[in-house]
Amino acid sequence: MRFAISLLTVLAIASVIGTVLKQNEAYNAYLNQFGQFWFPVFEKLGLYSVYHAGWFLTILVFLVVSTCSCIYRQAPQMLQEMRSFREKAKEFSLRQFAHQATLHTALGTDAAAQRANHYLAVEGFEARTNKSEEGTLIAAKSGSWNRAGYILTHAAIVTICLGGLLDGDMPLKLQMMFGDTRPANSGLSLSEIPPQSRMGPDHWSYRGNVFLPEGKSSSIATINVGDGILLQELPFELMLKKFHIDFYSTGAPKRFASDIVLIDKETGERFERTIEVNKPFAYKGVTLYQASFDDGGSKLQLKAHSFAPGSAESLVMNGEVGTSLKLTRQSTPLTLELVSFRPINVENLGADIVDASTLAKLSRHMGSGAKSPTKRDLRNVGPSIDFKLRDAAGQAHEYNNYMLPLEQDGRGFFMAGLRESGAEPFRYLRIPADDEGKLDTWFALRAMLTDPAQRNIIAQRFTASAMKGDAVSETMKTKLTDTAARTLELFANGGYETMDKFIRDTVPKAEQDKAAEVFVKVLQGATWEAWKLKREQQHLLPLTITQQHATYVNDLLGSVSDSFHYGAPLFIELTGFDEVKASVIQATRSPGKYIVFLGCALLVAGVFCMLYIRERRLFLLIKDSGEVLLAMAANRKTLDFEEAFARHRDNLVQLLTEHDHGPRTS
Amino acid sequence: MDLVQANPSLLIRLKPLDWLAAFLLLVGGAYVLDLYGTHMDVYEKAILIGAIPVFIGFAWRSNGVRNLMGVVALLALLGINLYHGDLARADQTFFLKYFLSSQTAIGWMCALFFMATVTYWLGLLARSDFAEQAGTGLTWCAVTMGFTGMLVRWYESYLIGADVGHIPVSNLYEVFVLFCLITALLYLHYEKRYNTRRLGGFVLLVISTAVGFLLWYTFSREAYEIQPLIPALQSYWMKIHVPANFIGYGSFALSAMVGVAWILRSKGILASRLPEPAILEDLMYKAISVGFGFFTIATILGALWAAEAWGTYWQWDPKETWALIVWLNYAAWLHMRLTKGLRGAILAWWAVVGLVVVTFAFLGVNMFLSGLHSYGSL
Ligand code: HEM
Repeated sequence: MRFAISLLTVLAIASVIGTVLKQNEAYNAYLNQFGQFWFPVFEKLGLYSVYHAGWFLTILVFLVVSTCSCIYRQAPQMLQEMRSFREKAKEFSLRQFAHQATLHTALGTDAAAQRANHYLAVEGFEARTNKSEEGTLIAAKSGSWNRAGYILTHAAIVTICLGGLLDGDMPLKLQMMFGDTRPANSGLSLSEIPPQSRMGPDHWSYRGNVFLPEGKSSSIATINVGDGILLQELPFELMLKKFHIDFYSTGAPKRFASDIVLIDKETGERFERTIEVNKPFAYKGVTLYQASFDDGGSKLQLKAHSFAPGSAESLVMNGEVGTSLKLTRQSTPLTLELVSFRPINVENLGADIVDASTLAKLSRHMGSGAKSPTKRDLRNVGPSIDFKLRDAAGQAHEYNNYMLPLEQDGRGFFMAGLRESGAEPFRYLRIPADDEGKLDTWFALRAMLTDPAQRNIIAQRFTASAMKGDAVSETMKTKLTDTAARTLELFANGGYETMDKFIRDTVPKAEQDKAAEVFVKVLQGATWEAWKLKREQQHLLPLTITQQHATYVNDLLGSVSDSFHYGAPLFIELTGFDEVKASVIQATRSPGKYIVFLGCALLVAGVFCMLYIRERRLFLLIKDSGEVLLAMAANRKTLDFEEAFARHRDNLVQLLTEHDHGPRTS
Repeated sequence: MDLVQANPSLLIRLKPLDWLAAFLLLVGGAYVLDLYGTHMDVYEKAILIGAIPVFIGFAWRSNGVRNLMGVVALLALLGINLYHGDLARADQTFFLKYFLSSQTAIGWMCALFFMATVTYWLGLLARSDFAEQAGTGLTWCAVTMGFTGMLVRWYESYLIGADVGHIPVSNLYEVFVLFCLITALLYLHYEKRYNTRRLGGFVLLVISTAVGFLLWYTFSREAYEIQPLIPALQSYWMKIHVPANFIGYGSFALSAMVGVAWILRSKGILASRLPEPAILEDLMYKAISVGFGFFTIATILGALWAAEAWGTYWQWDPKETWALIVWLNYAAWLHMRLTKGLRGAILAWWAVVGLVVVTFAFLGVNMFLSGLHSYGSL
């Protein structure tokens, strides 16, 4: 008993460790967390996978053994207790009971015994009568199943542990220890994995994931073991016809479902089923669950725009999620790794409300539970891609670009996120969409503004349109052209920041604001000219002066200025896609499951017997003298027992002294 | 003399109101089955049909619960009726805005629980029977408003959209309300059973703490907004797993507060006013054994559900593991009492520590540890 309790305590403490330390993470993560010294120590102790550590399983085994021995020692006695009435009890021992009373009856022994027996039967007692020289002893008991509770609960613990051990990775561990099974490096591709890391379909307990892109089939599940993987061959082939994700209007997922075809390898039989979360499908002892989903290699149409100064170049490409493309036309070669594609992004575009008074705040929280507390505007802002650009040295930045412009203050912006590592949030460059809702104008104008030759042309055209008429002298015109060219050059070399620095360095403090205003005016005017020029070159209708276009020029200058500090060599635009989804189906074989469930049923039955059935024993020794000895006992004394004793005593006193009529039947 | 009167059989004890309650429950159940049966799967029908005798059983065993059911049904139906199928009416109709819409009703529940706590303590300290009776009355009122709020909330969720609607036991906000209600009902049961109101202040203290959390959660996190169910939660198991768990947690919380009363009494504090130690010990044991039974069932139901949703009945997810720790803790408590015959201070302190473990399993895991139960992704 003490041993079992100690084991349980160790088990509880180990379990706590397992919840506090995240289990089964990549080993690198632990190395970072604990450092060189502690990492191997904790690894030896098995703390990264506590519940599968040898010592943990050993404790479980000991628990099973100790509980078994406890049952073995106690059960016979319990069964004996259950059956026995103790009808041989002597007056002397009854007198030792804490609960006893002496009554008198004038009914005569037989009549009294008859009434008492009837009473006890109504009250749910089983009784035996035994006549001896001391008198007539009625020995009654109720709630004997309480004792069976002990056997049931403890047998349940053993059953559950055994079932669990069968399903756990104990069998696999033994195979790895004594057989030649070895997990393979998880970096290998499926075909490179050696035979000793492959398990046949008769392997009797496993849990692995089957990765199924739409339209593809597989009969192999991968099992993660520590840092490596094992391949599990399934007794059937699975084919994914289609994977469905449905969303609620809030953007939360509503349903994940895989339409699969299962083909039995032995018989060739085909089954078409839909597997959903909470709706698995079991076949030949293997249960298939909807575990997760992924991209199955969506086809992406991409356009790479260069951020190099003066370059209006763009390159159309096709790629597949999960693969990479070599970009060699750059000054430095880059690899574009297409990490993921998301067809839907739901964002909250609403603003928070601020309440004036406490009362307003209170009343905002009254009413139905349905209203969205802070005004929210959830909208699908369209597809996005995640990718990495890796240079020759292997350094990579991560990017997150949206396909469609996101609406902000009535204008559309393309969002392009960049971060140095996964630990940081993305920094976004907001590129305004042009009249057609496209990026083209922006890249064309940016190229013109960053090309020295084009800048000179723009400066001249700016002067020409700003100083119409003959009244203006040539020197004035040259001066203005110079100013415009200088302004554009300053801007092209670092955006507003460089211009700002220039003003602060060269203009007296009092005139700085005015100078800045002039610079911005010139810059805007020049950009108009650039835009007009562009349209002429493309044989488009002349540009109209509208508020909308003015805002665009402003936004464009702001974002071009930002783009100088953005730090990306390329902008990858997503122009089209053909989505291919993949479903991750978990295949589990756990023959111990039914043993565990049986154990659970025993446990519930046992706990109920033990805690809610009360064992009671009642003795009545009726002597020929008319004296009646009442004694009661229970294996557990609670207040109910006191009450029950008092009630039975009072009832029996009444019953056994009553003359007039016989016992009533109820 | 009549033997039968000594322990009158159930059928004879029943009053006309009991029969009326049973009749209404049966008719109500049949009506719901007829109205919504086409939208329910076989498990949901089984749960509904199984719930009716359980509710009848509750109604027959306790007049208080029977009356509660009646009043709550009336109020909830009134609330539902006032909506006319339009959520916006929650802010326009007087009775909805100030009494019966779910948030307002739950707000009333919170206020009434606070009042009941204060009143019970007044009664205990001033030895006022009247104040203690008022405490009981306020607690019943709080429970009434709370259940009304939950039922109306259930209806509101369907007004958002037929696909959004679900029983309100699916997130931390909803289960906190459930915890308060169940703990209060258990307390009211024992209050009658042991014929003492002296423990009200203690038990209501836990409920008030939970209510405090609930208010913080409402005002600073706005957690009450009804969210549609993610796929993992769309299961009939949820409907029984969660309430079973909270009967367990509620019982454990109650036993801990009785433990506190025991400790205070043993130190001579309020000694003359609190019930006898034997009564406190008995109550503690009863509460823990009820809690243990339900918690065992809830954990097993959780395992069955996990087998269906995640593919394994047990995978040492932090929430599962902490449920096991809670279970082992109370199994040890029961062993100590039943096999070693332990009584007194150790068990009382242990019950109090048990509440700390339970709180961690209930809240701490959600706040500090991550795992499948936090449902970050599918
Ligand atoms: C992990 C679970 C459990 C283990 C390992 C366990 C182990 C044990 C052991 C080793 C004993 C004592 C054997 C002896 O006398 O040497 C015992 C006794 C006992 N256990 Fe458990 N037990 C467990 C769960 C339970 C549960 C859940 C209950 C129910 C409340 C329970 C109730 C009892 C009782 C009542 C006895 C004493 C029997 C008697 O003499 O009346 N046990 N248990």
